[in-house]
Amino acid sequence: MKKLLNLSLLVILATTFSFTVPSTGGYQIGDKAEDFSLKNTDGKMVSLKNYSQAKGYIVVFTCNSCPYAQAYEQRIIELHKKLEPQGYPIVAINPNDPAIASADSYDKMQERAKNQNYPFAYLMDEKQEVFPKFGATRTPHVFVLDKDLIVKYIGGIDDNPDDSQGVTINYVENAIESIKAGKSPDPSLTKAIGCSIKKKKK
Amino acid sequence: MKGIFIAIFFILMFYTKSVGEVSYLADVGVYVSADSIPQIFNFEQIKPYFSTTSDSVFIVNFWATWCAPCVAELPYFERLNTDLQGKKAKIVLISLDFKSQIDSKLIPFLQKNILKSEVLVLSEKNPNAWIPQINEEWSGTIPATLIFNKNKRQFYEQNFEKYEDLKRITANFID
Repeated sequence: MKKLLNLSLLVILATTFSFTVPSTGGYQIGDKAEDFSLKNTDGKMVSLKNYSQAKGYIVVFTCNSCPYAQAYEQRIIELHKKLEPQGYPIVAINPNDPAIASADSYDKMQERAKNQNYPFAYLMDEKQEVFPKFGATRTPHVFVLDKDLIVKYIGGIDDNPDDSQGVTINYVENAIESIKAGKSPDPSLTKAIGCSIKKKKK
Repeated sequence: MKGIFIAIFFILMFYTKSVGEVSYLADVGVYVSADSIPQIFNFEQIKPYFSTTSDSVFIVNFWATWCAPCVAELPYFERLNTDLQGKKAKIVLISLDFKSQIDSKLIPFLQKNILKSEVLVLSEKNPNAWIPQINEEWSGTIPATLIFNKNKRQFYEQNFEKYEDLKRITANFID
C-alpha cells in the first residue's frame, strides 16, 4: 500500500513538473549547444564540427516562405561574406514542415539557394529535432555560438527589419566583435518579429 | 423621393456606427477612424491600448497580412467580436505589416475583408525596444494575443487552432 502511495505521489509529481516546464525551452546564454548533422542543399550532411577553421558560428533559423526571412535574406548573405573570412560562418537551417509550408520543401530550398547564390550552408531540419533544442520559435531567429559551441547571443539580426539602410544597431555583428574581444555580447538577448515555425501536425 | 430615403438610411447607419465606435473607444482615449484606412501609430502612441482602469476586457491581437496563421485565425476574432456584443469587451487587431506594404497589401486586404474589429498599424523601428513592453517572454513570433482587464493579463504567443479555445480563454476575463 505504501509502495502504491509512493508511486502515485511520484506520478503526481511527474505530471506537475511536466506542466511547469516552459514549452519553448531551448538553450540559454552560456549553454553549450549540441552539434547536429543536417542535409545541405547540395545533398551533403553538414555538422558544425566540419567547419575546421571556425572561431564561432552564426546559426540562423530561416526559410523560403516567411516575408521577414526574405527581408533579411540579402543581409544574411552580406553578413556571411563579411564574417566568414574572419572565421564566423552563417549556418542557415530551415525548421519548417513542408507539409504545412510547401514553399519550404527541400526542392524549393535547393532552388532558392541556387537562384540567390547562397554562399553558406542551407540545411533542412527534416525531423524537426534541432530547432526545439535551440529553442527557436520563429524565422529568422539567430543563435551566435563561440568556438566551443557556447551560446553567446540569441535574437534578431539588427534593429530595423523594415529598412536595411536605416539600421543603427547590428546586433549579430556586435556580438561577433564582443566574442573576438573575449567579452560577453551586450545585449546578449534581443526580441524580433518573425514567422512562427511550422511544426508537424501530430 | 426614394433617393432621399436611401440617403437618410445611410446617414443613420453611418451615425450609429460612429457613435458606437466612439463610445467604446472612450475606454482607451485614442480616437481612431472607422473607415478601412487604418491609423498608423508608433509605440508611444499605441501604449494606451495595453492597459486599462475601466471594467472592460481587451483582446489585442498582433498579426500581419504576410502571416498565414494570423490571417487564418482572424475569423475567430471576428466571431468573438459578434459573440461579445453587449459585453464590456473590445477587440483590437494590431497589424505589424511592413511599412512599405501598408498601401500595397494591408489596405487592399482590409477593403476586401471588411473587419468589424478595430484595426491599427504599429510602425516602430526597433522591435527589441517595444516587444518586451508587451510581454517579457514574447520572442516576437506572430500571431500573438494579449488579453487583459484591470485585474489580470495573459499573453499567448501562439495561434488559436479552434474558435472555442479563444472563446474559453476570453470567458475567464468576463465575469
